[in-house]
Parts: sequence; C-alpha cells; structure tokens
Amino acid sequence: MSSLIDVENLTLQFKTDEGLITAVDDVSFSLKKGEVMGLVGESGSGKSVTAKALMHLNSRNAVYSPESKITLHLEHQEVDVLSLRKPSELQVVRGGAVSMIFQEPMASFAPAITIGKQMAEQLMLHGSMSKAQARQVSVEMLDRVGISDANKRFDQYAFELSGGMRQRAMIAMALSTKPKLLIADEPTTALDVTIQAQVIDLMKSLVDEFQMGIIFITHDLGVVAQTADKVSVMYLGELIEEGPVREVIRTPAHPYTQGLLSALPKLDDIDAPLTPVPGDIPSPLERPPGCVFHTRCSKTIDNRCSKIRPSQHHLDTGHSVSCHIYPEGDRG
Amino acid sequence: MSGDFLIRSDGLSVGFQIGKGLFNKSILKAVDDVSFEIEKGSFFGLVGESGSGKTTLGRALLKAVPITGGHATYDDGDVKYDLAELNGPSLKDYRKRAQLIFQDPYAALSPRMTVRDIIAEPLEVMGLTKSRAETDERVREIAAKCRLNLEHLRRFPHAFSGGQRQRISIARALVSDPKFVVADESVAALDVSIQADVLNLLKELQRDLGLTFMFISHDLSVVAHTCDHVAVMYLGRLVETAPTRKLFEAPKHPYTKALFSAIPSLDPDDRGTAQKLEGEIPSPTNQPSGCKFHTRCPHVTNICKSEEPKLQHVGSAQGHEVACHRWQELFQAT
Repeated sequence: MSSLIDVENLTLQFKTDEGLITAVDDVSFSLKKGEVMGLVGESGSGKSVTAKALMHLNSRNAVYSPESKITLHLEHQEVDVLSLRKPSELQVVRGGAVSMIFQEPMASFAPAITIGKQMAEQLMLHGSMSKAQARQVSVEMLDRVGISDANKRFDQYAFELSGGMRQRAMIAMALSTKPKLLIADEPTTALDVTIQAQVIDLMKSLVDEFQMGIIFITHDLGVVAQTADKVSVMYLGELIEEGPVREVIRTPAHPYTQGLLSALPKLDDIDAPLTPVPGDIPSPLERPPGCVFHTRCSKTIDNRCSKIRPSQHHLDTGHSVSCHIYPEGDRG
Repeated sequence: MSGDFLIRSDGLSVGFQIGKGLFNKSILKAVDDVSFEIEKGSFFGLVGESGSGKTTLGRALLKAVPITGGHATYDDGDVKYDLAELNGPSLKDYRKRAQLIFQDPYAALSPRMTVRDIIAEPLEVMGLTKSRAETDERVREIAAKCRLNLEHLRRFPHAFSGGQRQRISIARALVSDPKFVVADESVAALDVSIQADVLNLLKELQRDLGLTFMFISHDLSVVAHTCDHVAVMYLGRLVETAPTRKLFEAPKHPYTKALFSAIPSLDPDDRGTAQKLEGEIPSPTNQPSGCKFHTRCPHVTNICKSEEPKLQHVGSAQGHEVACHRWQELFQAT
C-alpha cells in the first residue's frame, strides 16, 4: 500500500552497430510517497538510463525485455509506463505526474526562449491554464525556490542567470506542475559546494512541503547521506545493494560499496591513504559473466563469482545485497 | 621558511579587457595582486569556487595568459626566469619545464592520434629527441611510469576508460621532463573509485621524478589528502594560505570555514547542522568594495565594506596567512 512507483525486472538493452549493449539488467525497486531514494553508481552503471525509463524517455534503439514492468500508482489510475505509446498518453509521465531535473542546467533550457515562456508552456499544456495564470504560478514558484526579483527573471534568458540560479529555475520548472514523483539526475554535480549546500537545503524543504517521492541520482555518497531515506547502489546495470541510508553507509555489505566508501577522501582523517577500487570499469560491450563486479573484487570466491550470478540476500541490518560471500539462504 | 622555492609570485595580476570602443573599455581583474611561494618538490593546492580565478592563476604561471601586473619568478637551480618577461627562446625553454594536465580526459586527447603519437607530440614539437627510436624509447619509459600497458600505445583514445585516458594525459604532460606541473581539476571528471588511483599516481610521480605540483581543485577533501600547502582564492584574491594540516584543523578566514562546512557530511545523522553561505560569488566585472567577501560574510562589519584586508601572518605558524579584518576576534581561540 501507498507505493508510488514499482519497477519490476527492468531489463534494457540498446541496439548499436557493435551489437546489443545491456544497460540495465533485471533491476527492481519501489518508492513510496514522500520517500527520497538515492540511486548511486559510477558512470556507465545505468543509473540515468533507469531514471529515463521511468518517463519512457530512452532513445528509439532501446529494447525493453518483455518481463520489464514499471507501474505508477496515481490517485485515480494505475499507469503501466512502458505500454504508453502516443504522445498524449505519455504526457502523464513527462512533466505531468513525473518531472525531471537534469544535471547541466545550461544545456537543459532552450537558449533562445525566455525562462518564463518555457515554464509557462508546460503549465498551459499540463494544467490547461491561461497564459496569465501560468505566469502567476511560475513567478510564485521562482520566488519559492529563492530567486529574487522573480517577475524580472521570468522574462530573462538562461544565459542571463548564474549556474546556481539556473538550477533553481530548473527546480521551479520541474515542481510547478506539482508532480508526484521527481527525478533529479545529478542536480548538484555542476555546482560549487556552497551553492550545492543551498540547493540540497531547498530540495529538502520542498519534499516536506509537497510530499512527493524523489529519486536522487548521484555519484556523491555525501550528497546521498544528506538527502536520502534509502539508497540503491548500481554497478554495470545491476542493482547490487539497497537499503536504508544509515545501514548502507555505515555497514556497507557489498565489496563494491565498501570500496567506494574507502576510496572517498575523508576530511576527518587527512593522513589516511586513499585506497582505490582496483582496475577499471569494464566496457558495457564486455560485461563480465557471473557477478559483474568479480573483475575488480578482492573477495572473489574461485569458480563461483566468475560463473554464477549472485542472487539477492537479505541481511538483518535491513538491507539486501547481491554477493556470493553471503551464504546461500542466509537471512541473518 | 626554507629558501628553496620553485615559484615566487609577487603581486601577480591578470586582467582582461572587456568591451570594445573608446569609452566603454573596462578591465576585468581575474587575478588581483596575488603573492605566494611554491616550495620545490611540494604539492601546492589552490582551491576556490568557479569564477575565483584559480584557473587563470595557474595559466599565468605557465605563461598561457599574459601577466598584466606584478612579478612571478621561476627558479629550478639551472635557470631563473621572470615569467612576465619571457619571450622567444626563453619561452620555448620554459614550455619544456612547465606543463599542464587538463581537466577532461575525454576532450584533451585527439581522437585521430594513437596513444603513442599523443604522448610523443610534445617531444617532436619541441625537438627534444634526435631520432624516432629515441622518441619511442622515451614514450615507452614515461608510459610505463604512468602505469600504461605498452600494448596500448598503438590504440586510439576511444578504446580507453576515463582513468586510463587521464593516465595518458599525464604521460603526455610529463614526457618533456618538466619540473613544474599545473594539474587543473585533473581528477574532477573521474569516478570516485578511479580518482583515488590517479591521485596516488600523481603523488608517486612527484616523489620519483622530483616534480613540483600546483594542484587546482574545487574539491577540498581531495586537496586535503594530496597537498602539502593550500591557498584559498575568492574573486581573484588570496584569502588564506597555510600548510594543509593547519588549514584544515583551524581555518582562520570565514570563507574557508564556510567552504568546509558546505561539504556534505557522510554521516546521515549529521544533517543541516552546518553553517551555510547565502548568495553567490559576485561577478568579477562588478566587484564589491573593501573585502571582496563582505557581501556573503556572516561576520561583516563596517570596516569590511570600506577597507580591503591585507594578508597577515597567523601567530607563529609558518606560512599561515589570512586576509580578514576580524580573524583575531573570531577564530583566535580555535
């Protein structure tokens, strides 16, 4: 009950000249109303592709497996996202009930159209407002995210705003249709730390106010620790560990999550040597068989990790992990 | 202080002319009256937000942008240069001695050249080797030092991951056997699991080859782990400079303090306790009067708005300097 979105067995491949590339492999998770989920992974881990699948926004060469299912639970209807085809049907997941904040705010606004026009356009489309109403709502929203002189900013172009302000405008735009689910794809990565701290604060207060679900995609574990209720860690298209934020960060179970945390330079012990995760992330064209992480793992078990894909184990710390070092059937 | 400095900067300024025409010319001061020294064989960190002038300062020291005021000298024991005066043959020689590692390993490498050709190009352009065999040997030597697989030298950059590409960029920068290397956000584009590997490699190369690094970064935790000495920039000015440990244990400038507290804590129970800075860094074309930081500083008083603070020594700590009117009353105890 009260689940907002359910992702089941999501498997997604891209048809390319070099063959089929698996971007997401059998990923399942669900998100409740008002819950913030951090989706963590390095480049190529499939986190952005997963997020885009929720809006059915991946490019035409994307192939979803027949078992993949994404269900969005709204007040009056259940939406089977992957079955949507017509643009009019898709509107509900593209700016209607689901909104997205992108990483690079400069690239996400059209440069030759004013910020205000872009904000008003979607309100007129989704909320069937008049032009004057749309302007009023947009200006209120700009004001709400802390943009001073919002009435003037409404008529400006993206290049006239600073980086932090553009990202605020992006957030205002994403929230003005009052979505039930907000997907934020690396929303603070391009920002300076002081501005990042402001944007994180802003997002937290908006979650409290609007009670929506948020999927926060990032590679920064610090940002996750500050914002999320639960965390999912992805590696090469697979979800390898998930659980409540405290447990995953304090007692990481998967060797990859452990490696990520120890590779992070920490401020409270600046003399500690940095321990990188050995090796490089394999190319998606050469996905390792068995456990996808075994090529870089320090805890591999002979003739298991390289052959058999680990299944999910539930630990008594409340989170689950896919790794062979936890004995089969062990539930704590 | 020990006297062995590779780089000395004295009141260095870099200005860019903006606006054309006779009457609306103005000068944008990207780097404004900056003085510091970089000790030979050290890892000197330069931190600040975007727009603080850290990249411009790094480039000025490489003579990649013109120096418009003050002096900077380079002295490696063999030669001594006044960077503002460099030209012709001396500039050519300096290019060999001072090199840059770029931020984005995806943009810095030509997709049409093999890894061998990319690394060999500086040698060929500067005429440092006499034969192809000698070039090849030098390329192989530096590639091995940068932990590149020699098999890979025949391949093109697209075949490599971000970490491998950054190792190629490092090899290219080091092939001319420089003494001074500016690394401009060289790990910012890398994934965390790879970043640590490249940082360890840079440290190792610094030790083995006796290099002096200027490490430009916006990431304070990376700087804390790699650098010996750190300088903090804000709107073209140095606001604080100190040995790394001193700076991280007891920062004296309100801006440095704010930068530290803005770093998201890894502890999920430590949320929102940090003191947050309001506003954004002002535009360099329209700089505030007095202390440049006064528009965002939580401790601002009247003197901050009218008078610009000078860098002053902090206690007896060697090399710890801060430019703030109020540091003594604010942070003396800590």
